[in-house]
Formats: sequence, C-alpha cells, structure tokens
Amino acid sequence: MKTYLPPRFVIDRDAERCIACQVCVRQCSFGVHAYDGEEDEIRSYEENCVGCHRCSVFCPTQALNIRLNPLSYRPNVNWQPEFIEDIIRQSEGGGVLLTGMGNDKPYRVYWDHLVLNASQVTNPSIDPLREPMELRTFLGRKPDKVELDPASLNLKTQLAPQVAIDIPVLFSAMSYGAISLNVQESLARAAAEVGTLFNVGEGGLHQKLYKYADNAIVQVASGRFGVHPEYLDAARFIEIKIGQGAKPGIGGHLPGGKVSEDVAETRMIPAGTDALSPAPQHDIYSIEDLSQLIYALKEATNYTKPICVKIAAVHNSAAIASGMVRAGADIIALDGLRGATGAAPKMIRDNVGIPTELAIAAVDTRLREEGIRNQASIIAAGGFRSSADVVKAIALGADAVYIGTAALIALGCTVCQQCPTGKCAWGIATTDPVLSKRVNPDIGARRLVNLLRGWSLEIKEMLGGMGINALESLRGNRLHLRGVDLADGELDVLGVRLAGR
Amino acid sequence: MTTNTLTHRGPTVRIDVNGSRHRELNGQIREAVVDGAQRIDLHSVHGQRYIATNLRGEAEIHIHGTPGNDLGAFLAGSKLIVHGNAQDGCGNTMNEGEIVVHGHAGDITGLSARGGRIFIREDVGYRAAIHMKECEGKRPALVIGGTAQDFLGEYMAGGIVVVLGLTLNGQKCHRASFVGTGMHGGVIYLRGDINEHQLGKEVGVSRLTRKDRAILRDLVTQFAAHFGYDAEEILASRFVKLVPLYLRPYGRLYTY
Repeated sequence: MKTYLPPRFVIDRDAERCIACQVCVRQCSFGVHAYDGEEDEIRSYEENCVGCHRCSVFCPTQALNIRLNPLSYRPNVNWQPEFIEDIIRQSEGGGVLLTGMGNDKPYRVYWDHLVLNASQVTNPSIDPLREPMELRTFLGRKPDKVELDPASLNLKTQLAPQVAIDIPVLFSAMSYGAISLNVQESLARAAAEVGTLFNVGEGGLHQKLYKYADNAIVQVASGRFGVHPEYLDAARFIEIKIGQGAKPGIGGHLPGGKVSEDVAETRMIPAGTDALSPAPQHDIYSIEDLSQLIYALKEATNYTKPICVKIAAVHNSAAIASGMVRAGADIIALDGLRGATGAAPKMIRDNVGIPTELAIAAVDTRLREEGIRNQASIIAAGGFRSSADVVKAIALGADAVYIGTAALIALGCTVCQQCPTGKCAWGIATTDPVLSKRVNPDIGARRLVNLLRGWSLEIKEMLGGMGINALESLRGNRLHLRGVDLADGELDVLGVRLAGR
Repeated sequence: MTTNTLTHRGPTVRIDVNGSRHRELNGQIREAVVDGAQRIDLHSVHGQRYIATNLRGEAEIHIHGTPGNDLGAFLAGSKLIVHGNAQDGCGNTMNEGEIVVHGHAGDITGLSARGGRIFIREDVGYRAAIHMKECEGKRPALVIGGTAQDFLGEYMAGGIVVVLGLTLNGQKCHRASFVGTGMHGGVIYLRGDINEHQLGKEVGVSRLTRKDRAILRDLVTQFAAHFGYDAEEILASRFVKLVPLYLRPYGRLYTY
C-alpha cells in the first residue's frame, strides 16, 4: 500500500563536507542512508528518518543536519498535523497506535511554575563547599515513636528494614528486553558507585547483574517474570508493580521478536513468545488482596526488606495510597502522567493519569492528615528532568525520585520515541546484539555517575541557599516553594502559596 | 502471642498451630527445616495464610485443617500435603516442589507457576493455572481431579494442566467458560466433554499424540497414587488436548 505519510524529517547533506565514508549508513538502524557505489555517493531515504540524530552526531565532517519537515498543512486548530498523520498510520496499519517514551503533550509542567526559596539577611545560607551537607535518605517504614531502654539507652523500638541511599535519585524500572543488558549494566554500576539503586523492572535479573544485587530493586509484576527465590533474596527491596505512569490501567506486551534466548532465560519463558503482562495482577483485586501479596513477599523474604508498591498517578491516588500504606507497603512509588515506557498505546500514554507534581502533593497531604505519612516513604516518578525538579519534589513531600528518561539521555537517548520498534540506533531500547554493543557499560556508567554527581552538587547548592544542611529538613517543607502563574485551585492542591505571599 | 506448641525436634516435628499468626508459624517451619526436619505436621490450621512461602529444601509438610490463601507461594522445594481444602492462590508463583490437596482448591490455583507439581483431588475455582509458564528445564503441572470454573488456563504461557472430571457425577460436560483465553503456550489435557463455545478464541482442540499420552500417563499415575484411584481406569477414557493456536495472540494488535 502506498503510504500517504509525508517524511517527518528533512536531511540536509552538505555535499562539500560529505566524504562518502558511510559512517551514516552503518550507524542508521532505520535504513535511511544508503551508499550508491556507481555514483560514489550516499543517498538518504528521508521517509525512514525518525530524527534520532545518531548519524549527525557520528558524522566525522558534520555534513549532516536533520530538520523537522517544514511541510505545512492548511492551518487548522482542530486538525493538527499529528491527528492527520495518526489517522493515516492507522488506516494503513489497522491497529492500536504504539509509541515509546513519555507523554509529549502540552500539559502544564508544574515544576516550571514552582520556585524555590533562598536565605537573605535574616537567616544565613550555608556554603556546601565548606559545610557538610546531608543527602542520605532512608527508605522504609518509620516507627510512630521510638523508645529507649532507660538503663542502657539502647533503642528498644524494633525498626522496620530501611534502605539507605546517598542521593535521593534512583534509576526507574527498565526491564531487560525493553532495554539492552549493557544499559542495565551501566545503570547497575553507576548505582553501585554513587550509592543509589537501580530497578530491574519486571523482566527478571540477569545472572550477569547479580553482583550488583546490593543496589538492585526487583519487581514483581502481573507477568511474574523471572521471579524465583534468589531473585527475591538478592534485591535491596521488592517493588510490586501495579501500574506505570505511561500506561495506567493496562498491561504490557513485550513482542516475541524482542524475546531472545537470553531475555527468555532471564524472564523464565520460552524464546520468541510474547511476554504478556496482564493489566491487573490476577491475585490483586482489592486493597486486601494487595496486602496479601505484600505479606506473601514479606514472608518470602522473612521481613528483611521493605516492600514497595508502585502505582500510576490517577484521580484517586491519595485514597489509594492511604490503602496501600495500610495494606503494609513500606514504600510507595507514584508514577505520573509524563512517566515513560518502552512501549505504550499512544492514546493511553497521552490521555490517562495525572501530573506527578499534583499526585505527590495530594498523597503527602492525605497521608499526613491521616497520621500515617511516617509509615511509608514516597518515591516520585514521571518526567524528572533536572536536580531542581528533584528538590521541588522533595519540598512537595517526596522522599526520593526515580529517573528513567534522564538516565537514558545520559546514555545517548534523544527521546525519538522509537523504543517499541526495537531498532534503537543508540543501542538502548533494543535487544539486537549488534546495536546493543553501542552502549559500552564502562562509558555508560561513567556518564551516569557524572550526571548524578552534577545533580548531587546542585542539590546541595540549592539546599545551602535555603539555609538547610540536610535533605530531611526540606521533605514536605512546602513553605520553601511558591507558585508562579497558577490558579487558586492548583495552589490549593499543591499546598503552596502564590509567589509574593 | 504464642499459643502454639512444637514437639520433638528432629526428623519429625509436630506443630499445634491453633491461633498463631503466619509470621510465627513460618518462622517455626523454616527453623524446623534448617534443623533437618524431614516431616512436619501442622495441626489445627485455621486459615493461616502464606504457609511455607518460598520454602526450600526437601521436607514433607502435612497440613491438617484448612490453610489460608497463598499456600506455598513462591515455593522453592518441599512437599506440602493438605488434609482438607486449600483456599485461593495455592501455589502462587511456585518454582519447585509439590502441593497435594486432599480436597478442593480455590481461585487462581497455580497462578504464574513456573515449576513444580500441584495435585488437587476435587475441584478448583476460577482462573486456575492463569499465566502458568515454563522455561528451560522447568515445566509446571497442575492436575485437577474434578473440574474447574471459568478462565481455566487464562493467559497460559507454558506448563501442563490436566482436568480429570471425576466430580462431574454422570454429567459429561465441564461447565467452565472462557477456557484458555489469551493462551499462548502450554497444554491442557481434559477428560470429559467441552464445547467449542466454552473455549477462548485463542485455543484449538486436537488429539493426543503418543508423547502426550506418555506425559498424561505419568501425571495421572502420580495423581492416582496420591488419592487412591486406579490410573488405568481414568486413562481409559477419552481425553482432548487444548493448545494455543498462536504463539503471539496479540501480534497484530499494534500500528507502529
């Protein structure tokens, strides 16, 4: 069928700079560039271009520039080009529109409407270059009160298991299968070096990564892939995945084509079959059922590690979170509207869920009102772009944040949204053995460590500016936030005053 | 509060469970297994959940009374014998070992199991063997003496389910609907009739091959040994084989 889709990108090749070295031909996994031996020149099939910039970054002579196709439709507020092109795609493919990464629609990004405070005159700021600054965070259930033995002054209260992280940023769940093993290894090594954790997602923990298990979060999701005794034993904590910000309410299908022998072995399924994660966990239809799985896992690990429950941020998150805490969750993870994915139906990704900023505030407020905020830590997820977003999230009430996309960008991702194709030219969202080699775990880990080091320094700088020397003192301290250009209702949900007040 | 008693440590241990909670009970079971117990008898079990969760080793645990939900969840070895009925989630995400129930079992029996064997003498509830799977060197089996409720083998990705229909009492046909909905691996051997409209649309019916017969004989023989049936008599009846029609039932769902 002749496609009616116009090319999305235009490739400008500077003929004077191009030396026909064919680097672009080899780098492109989408079949855009091809060498014509007869003419000794390189041709580009722009209709295949996804705008990932792999070729232009690797072109030794900077001969390539990738631009959005300036082709204009007749202006129409209702019929934006995206809708026209989606309809064309569906009329040719006849299926659910599939996409990758996070929601790219212009929903308000509240981080950009929240500003932080700083000390001036009446209280001194702290210079993090000279003063110790405490970013260490303990994740897990905290007791309602602590009792000391009066004689020995030792702690009498029995503490629930805690997990310490040195920076309040963890790597979000990304499974082997959705991403390559080299990417997981990069995340694992970086987490070990920085003192944080990486989440293996629902695809199991590859044998090669068991040596990083001290920094691993393992998931138990509806597919129960790769769950076995060593897996549960190895992890720092276990996360029950109920939902994901990119696709609240639905499950996941890892297509059989991505289920290689190695992926299959890690997931404990036959190679080449679809790895289907049903929408619900079939043993969880209520808070009581959730409690049952939480305690099954606590029993399975003899109460030695916290159990986290991850949900997508949706309308009733606050009430659900209250139920989760009462069900026994030691950590709750909230994944917001802009949370990313390796594959999700576009309609779901772009239209379901609520922004993480509002969810954090609503959940933190609700748990405080009910006097149970201490019983669980909150990890926020869903589109964190910078250390400032992290600091704002903690001031709103989160204990720590998960980053996924930001970490992948550090490894080369340009958010081109082609993850479900498995052809990622950057070697990230693929299980193709040749493409996977493009991420070298030595270099990948270095890039991630650098990123987190930078964020750590920035977080300390912002804290110091506010006159705070421990992250603990900022948690839920919304007086350090002010809203800009926000309506009363928004300020109310965020629990934040308007700037100037 | 400890209300249970534990007697004579050694190869045989008796635990009177009474009102004790699962945490305490599992602690005692684990301790007994570590101490080398080969047989553990739990008496007066009244709905305690998670019994023998993630339990390793070779011990044989006899449960007298009614265990609660998630019996043998994540089971990693051992043999659990229930002298009574099991509740929901029996063998949930089981990896190895064996569960034998001298009675009925509830919903989602064998959910996501990827190893081990489960024998239920009577019937099971809804969604038994849902998302059961298999992998290199591991192939779980669930043998149901009676019949099953709807959605048997839903989303099944591997493993073997045998339904013997011994409780049908003269009715020839099983009553479950949506059997094998979303099934994309594994096999169900069914004794007794089932109509086309009772099957999920991803399921096909076929005849048993010689290899199937061998697998079936092995499992039915074990079943008969557990519960005192005549294996030959059961095997003499007609069986049908339910298999997935596609490895990738949802392969054509998406447009990229």
